[in-house]
Amino acid sequence: MVARGARVASDGYPSTRRRRIAEQAFRALTLLALLAVVAPVIWVITGIVARAVPHWRWSVLTTNTVGASGGLENAILGSLAIMLGVLIIAGTLGVLGGVYLSELAGFNRKGKQRGAVLRSATEVLAGVPSIALGLVGYLALVVQFHWGFSVLAAVIVLSVIVIPYITRGTEVALRQVPTNYREGAEALGMSTGYSLRKVVVRSAIPGIATSVLIALAISVGETAPMLYTAGWFTGIPKASLFHQPIGYLTYPVWTFWDYPSNQAHYLAFDAALILLVLVLVLLVIARLVVARSQRFAENRRN
Amino acid sequence: MSAFVPLVALVLTVLVLAFKAWPAIRVNGAHFLVGSSWKPGNVYGAVSTTGGVAHPLGSSYGAWPAIAGTLESSALAIIIAVPISIGAAFALTERLPRWLAEILRSAIEVLAGVPSVLLGLWGALTLGPLLANDVYPIVANHMPNVPFFSFFRGPTGHGEGLLTSGIVLALMIIPIVASTTRNLFAQVPALPKEGGEALGMTDWEVGRKITIPWVRAGIIGATVLGLGRAFGETIAVAMISGSLLNTITPNIYGTMGTVAATLVTQLDSAFADGTGFEVRTLAELAVVLVVVVLIVNTVARIIVRRTGHLAAPVGGVI
Repeated sequence: MVARGARVASDGYPSTRRRRIAEQAFRALTLLALLAVVAPVIWVITGIVARAVPHWRWSVLTTNTVGASGGLENAILGSLAIMLGVLIIAGTLGVLGGVYLSELAGFNRKGKQRGAVLRSATEVLAGVPSIALGLVGYLALVVQFHWGFSVLAAVIVLSVIVIPYITRGTEVALRQVPTNYREGAEALGMSTGYSLRKVVVRSAIPGIATSVLIALAISVGETAPMLYTAGWFTGIPKASLFHQPIGYLTYPVWTFWDYPSNQAHYLAFDAALILLVLVLVLLVIARLVVARSQRFAENRRN
Repeated sequence: MSAFVPLVALVLTVLVLAFKAWPAIRVNGAHFLVGSSWKPGNVYGAVSTTGGVAHPLGSSYGAWPAIAGTLESSALAIIIAVPISIGAAFALTERLPRWLAEILRSAIEVLAGVPSVLLGLWGALTLGPLLANDVYPIVANHMPNVPFFSFFRGPTGHGEGLLTSGIVLALMIIPIVASTTRNLFAQVPALPKEGGEALGMTDWEVGRKITIPWVRAGIIGATVLGLGRAFGETIAVAMISGSLLNTITPNIYGTMGTVAATLVTQLDSAFADGTGFEVRTLAELAVVLVVVVLIVNTVARIIVRRTGHLAAPVGGVI
């Protein structure tokens, strides 16, 4: 055995020199991959900031879009209104769905957790291209139900897009709650519902909040499904769920970026900057929530 | 009950698309998948009727160029993204200084969170022109005129086209592949790796002979998942590809279109069609897209399930 091992080591194995070069190349390529991920991120952010800031006017925040110029107040308020709608609908349904899958689905006779079909459906839905969901929203809600381009159609389609993230995020967060907590609650005589509300869900709140924040970031950045459901509106959003199009921030970027006027370009980049800031703020808050919860967590992950 | 929402939404999506697309599927026939002309016909003129379905006179729809464009751009994206993602996953799990790994993690998270319309804006106005001015001509002039490499020759355009789309698509799927791969790497037990090191293996050898084989199926699954995402990516490609409908690009720099991008660029044209036939045709296109993406995702999930769990496109929750 020893002899065979020695022969392989001397004959079949590359020389130390080659191994050293391979190792150096590996290190270099790893760093290159790192650069290939980090550089575009910085480039995209600085590129948008560098184009938007020189022409930035604060009046963009307080005036409405006129044709392809003017301001973006309508789009900003519209995006915020849509986010609120998504928060209400997708937040409620997504979190409840996650709670059901993690806590209430129970086990079948073989001792496996139920809800496998629902869980698969959630994963599959997350993979369906958002443009297809937007088209379905257009065909079903806008045309068939005669809602027209409307806030509710947009909010429902966006909710369907982000619910899988919230459901899955909630489920994962709940699973990380130690079993001790549940057993402790049961030992104290709490009912399942009471223990869920007061013990289990409460300790999973950071994870749930993170997934909701990320879902909001996704929904504010969607463009294609919005074109099919929300339309576009250059006035302040109206308090009407049906037959009333609404403005949103991705529209000016998508529509005005290749218009032949400078005013349109400025507006496109202003919208891009506001969008970027909004998304980054949401991601940073999500990150802070995670960091805070990990600091106080009993058993840290990794 | 809320847990049923995704299932219901999924079933409704398929039903609505299939129901609305059915007349178009009947009229367009098999030509839809192989034909190369996309003509809405005379939208403001006479209406003709085929098999009881009204459509504008002279309309003829063939989606092959879009399907080919989707396959080409997604393949490019995968070729670019997978090596970078695996390298980044190594950087994240292996011996990088903590602060550097932290920067990389944040970058991946931001990349996943940046709206695709912003990546499209950057690709169309910053990256595309830069590559077309300074990089593509050099590559095109030095490629030998032999099969395969001749695909890299010829006019390089203005930066809108297949290669630029592929690069931006790659950026969009790197977060998925990289974070999934990272999670897979983290699941590889320490003992075999330490054993390898104890035998005197270098980091590269440990990676190549222990870590990667341990999670190979998972990496393939993550790649296929990224492929599904690349198929469905819409807005950025619509901004960068040039959004052509009727031609397949002769070289890697040429303008093209994809299935998903067509769904959004033909929106206005479809709204103008009084018979509603183009909307039905777009629904048919969406059916093609959804069916392909569902198949791809199912395959990916079957592969990944065998080895571990998926990472989230954003934030590491899924």
